[in-house]
Amino acid sequence: MKIVVCIKQVPDTKGGVKFNPDGTLDRGAMLTIMNPDDKAGLEAALRLKDQYGAEVTVVTMGLPKAEEVLREAMAMGADKGILVTDRVLGGADTWATSQTLAGAIRNLEYDLIITGRQAIDGDTAQVGPQISEHLGIPVISYAQKIEIEGDSVVVERQYDDRYHVLKAKMPCLITALAELNEPRYMTPGGIFDAYDAEITVWGRADLKDVEDSNLGLKGSPTQIAKASDKVRKGAGEKVVLDPTEAVDYIVGKLKDKHVI
Amino acid sequence: MNIQDYKGVFVYAQQVDNELSGIALELVGKGKDLAKDLGTEVTAVLIGSGVKALADELAEYGADKVIVVDDPELAEYRTEPYTHALASVIKEFKPEIVLVGATAIGRDLGPRVSARIHTGLTADCTQLDIGDFPINPIPGKEQLHNQLLMTRPAFGGNTIATIACPDFRPQMATVRPGVMQKAPREVGKKAVVVEYNPGFTPDNKYVEIVKVVKAVSDVADIMDAKILVSGGRGVGSAENFKLLEDLAEVLGGTVSCSRAVVDAGWKAKDLQVGQTGKTVRPNVYFAIGISGAIQHLAGMEESDIIIAINKDETAPIFDVADYGIVGDLNKILPALTESLKAEVAGK
Repeated sequence: MKIVVCIKQVPDTKGGVKFNPDGTLDRGAMLTIMNPDDKAGLEAALRLKDQYGAEVTVVTMGLPKAEEVLREAMAMGADKGILVTDRVLGGADTWATSQTLAGAIRNLEYDLIITGRQAIDGDTAQVGPQISEHLGIPVISYAQKIEIEGDSVVVERQYDDRYHVLKAKMPCLITALAELNEPRYMTPGGIFDAYDAEITVWGRADLKDVEDSNLGLKGSPTQIAKASDKVRKGAGEKVVLDPTEAVDYIVGKLKDKHVI
Repeated sequence: MNIQDYKGVFVYAQQVDNELSGIALELVGKGKDLAKDLGTEVTAVLIGSGVKALADELAEYGADKVIVVDDPELAEYRTEPYTHALASVIKEFKPEIVLVGATAIGRDLGPRVSARIHTGLTADCTQLDIGDFPINPIPGKEQLHNQLLMTRPAFGGNTIATIACPDFRPQMATVRPGVMQKAPREVGKKAVVVEYNPGFTPDNKYVEIVKVVKAVSDVADIMDAKILVSGGRGVGSAENFKLLEDLAEVLGGTVSCSRAVVDAGWKAKDLQVGQTGKTVRPNVYFAIGISGAIQHLAGMEESDIIIAINKDETAPIFDVADYGIVGDLNKILPALTESLKAEVAGK
């Protein structure tokens, strides 16, 4: 079985956020990690590899620096790493990103594609389903359990008030929730091997069946009108009171506001 | 693509088990506002099996028109037939705006549809306006009017971005549940109902539903509560939530919680407020022993009145609270509940 896992290097949102003058993210200026949902997707692929035997290829799109997450993935047990990087791919929205990744994946053989549900920087959850649409294969989003049955994949798909057990013929794309599993650690041997391993680097010319008009900032239907730090409503009153005074204070406010 | 050909505001009227989801009515309400700004109509797109009767409810909440796609293939939500249904409606009727709820269904359906019809999609919006793009004139660039400006938080609520989709139609957004307001119900109001079926032929993209497992839950939806008594890690234990439950009961409110409480196993996930839980905007939100991580604030800061009790006076929850009390919740809550009981009894 061949599994492709899409992963993304994301800014660690705990470290603060920086913008370029044009409103796009200044990714170079922030600390980075492997996106948590993607890591869960990778772990799911590695468990399928452990259980059924599989070749796991990780693909990422990003700056040359994104090679770091490929090596991390390989140190966890992925077999191959592909970095898709090119100046013309920069500034992509989810449409252009999914076109790029679909163009890369068309060069590969696959039974399953696994992506994280969403990245913690954009929080869109759009790229996985959009890749599946471009490739003409089914998508199962929000996977909380994945099993293989012959030429099909059986997945528990989470909804707000229920889950569905879904069965799809492979090839199929699955988006994984961080809750799916607890990702394994890199092994010391894996780390050594990963830092010697060859990473495949693809540019625009290596993408299959994608038009220039669908790539990068120019190929992105959505455009940023404005981006800024969130302005929060200001603090109200803050009082330090003993319990009896506190109760009178709260009851007083509830009365003022006609809640009681 | 001739952008002038695209007219009208369409909203996806999500139903589950042939009952409209709250988001469907919220989107009709918001769609009506946007349609008014554009001088056009709001159309609800109802997709399912045996769902036509729901059209009247959509009309009473403000839909001018309802397009019904009714087919046995659409009995339970599945990505492919629903994508085919909504994408076909868009191709046939050419709306300028399409809104979909940012639910576990909509965040699967929206991206798939937008990819099929080649347009942009902005995820999980919390504000929608009609305005100019660019917002301020830029020399050498045409300023377009009557654009949908879609505002959304990103980076776990650290930033906020406004997005436009100037060159493609429809302009599509998924919209966070609980943020937009329903319009008041006008009983007896009718809409124009149009039935449309693009035909459904199963192919490789149709997945089989082996089993549907519904969660058993008799708890009130925290998104509908007028008063929420919400607890965080500072409550200390599952047992100690009794203090919050007593307070909620006397006020006719509901108990909710922060992510830390769900992670600790004290409360179920469906009571969680915040970025990875639910967005709430009750009349009164009590934040009890909640420090106020940015992800939590994203889910509750639109509440009308926020009352915070925390023993840590530096807790960030005090930055958004209208009334912040630095003190011991274990002492304040029981006394507050007793005092409120007396107030209620005195009326």
